[in-house]
Amino acid sequence: MKVRVHVSLKNGVLDPQGRAIHHAIEGLGFNGVQDVRAGRLIELEVDETVTDEALDAMAKQLLANQVIENYRIERV
Amino acid sequence: MGGFRAAVITFPGSNCDRDMAVAIEQVCGGEVHRVWHGDAGLPDGLDLIALPGGFSYGDYLRSGAMAARSPVMRAVVEAAGRGVAVLGVCNGFQVLTEAGLLPGALMRNAGIRFVCRSVALTVENTQSMFTRGYAPGQTISIPVAHHDGNYYADEATLDRLEGEGRVAFRYAESVNGSARDIAGVLNDQGNVLGMMPHPERMIEAAQGGTDGRVLFEGIVRGLVGA
Repeated sequence: MKVRVHVSLKNGVLDPQGRAIHHAIEGLGFNGVQDVRAGRLIELEVDETVTDEALDAMAKQLLANQVIENYRIERV
Repeated sequence: MGGFRAAVITFPGSNCDRDMAVAIEQVCGGEVHRVWHGDAGLPDGLDLIALPGGFSYGDYLRSGAMAARSPVMRAVVEAAGRGVAVLGVCNGFQVLTEAGLLPGALMRNAGIRFVCRSVALTVENTQSMFTRGYAPGQTISIPVAHHDGNYYADEATLDRLEGEGRVAFRYAESVNGSARDIAGVLNDQGNVLGMMPHPERMIEAAQGGTDGRVLFEGIVRGLVGA
């Protein structure tokens, strides 16, 4: 089965990449975009036997750096 | 007892490992072992472990993230716990934060661009084994070359680092957006230093200055004096 791990920057952490993307969107002439935050989507193909606890441990130990990032795990 | 013993770890994508090894050889003397990241252990009796600059694993996932989980890092964490000096420069600093040996994280430079030039630093701590050769508040010049040098930690952590004198170096000019202009931090025992600037690139006059040499001299001096 497929699992998606969504990794995003915590609130309050400056996101230079998001800011640059925001700037580029405005440069293309689009209006009304108030803020852009860039994150990361990691897709895992896992056996049915892989537990939620194991997925959480993977996210904590490697996929997200909890100093700056939050994560959300979604089984698809 | 033998002379000074150091190890320089090479990860796939490290590119300052040779410079680091040469700097240690020339300034500290003794033996410098080159250790591959996949090795499970480190040589015995080390005085210094250096994690060099570069782009380990192509900065995949996050800078330093993959390297921090490589086999040799377990031995580095264990040695750091025993009080062995650990110096992480640039990517090495990123690896140390990812490995949990130093607090905080290094994010994309606030100005987005890669910064490659000599910068002015203020020496904030002159008590550590790495910084004892400098004068308090001394301004030194050391090159930086990084894309992800923007130091981040939450306010409580920053206050604690400052209160405990664990900010080793601060940028004396605008470089990358780092919180409180932090360029280098120490762990709570003072035996682990991570810094974005490259002291190994400033060890002889032909390189434009010797402000980095003082750091390596300090490490040796502490051992002789101990």
